[in-house]
Amino acid sequence: MLIKKADDIASSEITPKSLYLNRRKFLAAAGLAGAAVAGGKTLLDFSGAKAAYAAETIPNLQKSASSTSERITPAQTVTHYNNYYEFSTDKEEPAGLAQSFKTHPWTVTIDGEVQKKLKWDIDTILKFAAPEERIYRHRCVEGWSIVVPWVGFSLSELIKRAEPTSKAQYVEFTTVYAPSEMPGQRRDVLDWPYVEGLRMDEAMHPLALLCFGMYGQTLPNQDGAPLRLVVPWKYGFKSAKAIVRIHFAKNQPTNTWSRSAPNEYGFYANVNPTVDHPRWSQKTERRLGEFTKRPTLMFNGYDQVASLYSGMDLKKNF
Amino acid sequence: MIRYFKLVIFFACLGPLAYLLWGFFGPTPFDRTAWGAGLGANPIEKITHTTGDWTLWFLLITLAITPARKLLRLPWLIKFRRMLGLFAFFYACLHFLTYVWLDKFFDVHEMLADIAKRKFITIGLTALVLLVPLAITSTSGWIRRLGGKRWQALHRLIYFAAIAGVIHYLWLVKADIRKPLEDAIVLGILLGFRVLVWAAAALNKRPPLASVSPRPVERRVEQ
Repeated sequence: MLIKKADDIASSEITPKSLYLNRRKFLAAAGLAGAAVAGGKTLLDFSGAKAAYAAETIPNLQKSASSTSERITPAQTVTHYNNYYEFSTDKEEPAGLAQSFKTHPWTVTIDGEVQKKLKWDIDTILKFAAPEERIYRHRCVEGWSIVVPWVGFSLSELIKRAEPTSKAQYVEFTTVYAPSEMPGQRRDVLDWPYVEGLRMDEAMHPLALLCFGMYGQTLPNQDGAPLRLVVPWKYGFKSAKAIVRIHFAKNQPTNTWSRSAPNEYGFYANVNPTVDHPRWSQKTERRLGEFTKRPTLMFNGYDQVASLYSGMDLKKNF
Repeated sequence: MIRYFKLVIFFACLGPLAYLLWGFFGPTPFDRTAWGAGLGANPIEKITHTTGDWTLWFLLITLAITPARKLLRLPWLIKFRRMLGLFAFFYACLHFLTYVWLDKFFDVHEMLADIAKRKFITIGLTALVLLVPLAITSTSGWIRRLGGKRWQALHRLIYFAAIAGVIHYLWLVKADIRKPLEDAIVLGILLGFRVLVWAAAALNKRPPLASVSPRPVERRVEQ
């Protein structure tokens, strides 16, 4: 007699028990928060609990010395104001359009100048290092900024395991191409798929974050789930979302925005108040939620990266 | 009847402003400690875009009055043109005020640098400046003072204001030109209608073809 095995649920789809249990804790906390609000108390900010995405709490977060103590932008803002052209060019739309985006199963291809071409499952990658909470300033090239408690670990943890050869001078990140799930990709607004890149020493800098969560939970789809980059000293567009390929290259890759408008967006895209965008000033920025603008800081205030660019003309290499 | 209708249209035209005020002071899913959060995560951007959009749309609606009047044979539509044009100017002023106050905080130096360096600001300001004489001379007193013909010639400035406004929008978007393109297409149709009317009038004035002497055949000069 032939007994068929029930294999309709992939092992990758089974939620680890720890996450599951933590989700219960989270729900209890959310319930408490709701009760507190109903009771007239203003909580620090638990608006993330109201978001529509099925977030999982990430347990045992390590604190990070590179976190800022500035006021964290409410989760509601960060989840409802997204430059994610794969879904829409309207910043308010990705929150709704990304809900049916599938982030599991998810594989990341490692290729180019590496010892061996690899395909890593997202769950493999997430075990490379202990997750840290890093509260970073995030400055968009458009002139607005937010403060986000990202969750992830240094990108260097992945790069070490990818074993790049000595020829690898640059790292190129490619966002998934899935027009059936990403309505924005059905229009030629940008040259899909989205490509970003870093110089090897930039990618190895401890501040460069491989990110899979925020506000203590897994990333919402509209914020780049399941895996994204966060490079806090560069304009936001450098921080590629929904990464499916990490390619090590000898030559400098052409990033998507730079291909689209080379006079407006460069490869380096370091936050720099002294180099204006051709169409607007970069001297100041609007921190979302604040009335007046604040001055923009060189390297977005992350002076520790300055040595990466010593001797470089940052006006030319914008 | 028209008077009553005018009142209705007047309040309808205040709709976008009401939306902004409600968003600014009304209930919000966002952080309640932040002002204006009913307009989303970036209220000032929302105010800038809403007032800018409605300036262009009111210009297009104003420009649609004449074609609609002629094609639909609704002569009384003319009675709304002045009000609609003035609303275009009203939203243009709010748009400008948003820039001067909420974006630049009256920093004259920064604004002058913007106007000189950034062509989308230059052309946007040009559009606003072109609208000023039209708003001032919009009264029947000014029509009398200038005389119908001259008044009409002056008010053709709206064509250039609308073109400048659409270019201002086209030059400011990052990559997705769909929305400004929609405005450009509508403007193209509305201005195209005028070109057709002028061309038809010019053709009618021309003497009949038979009386036109044939052009002498030019001889090629061999070199």
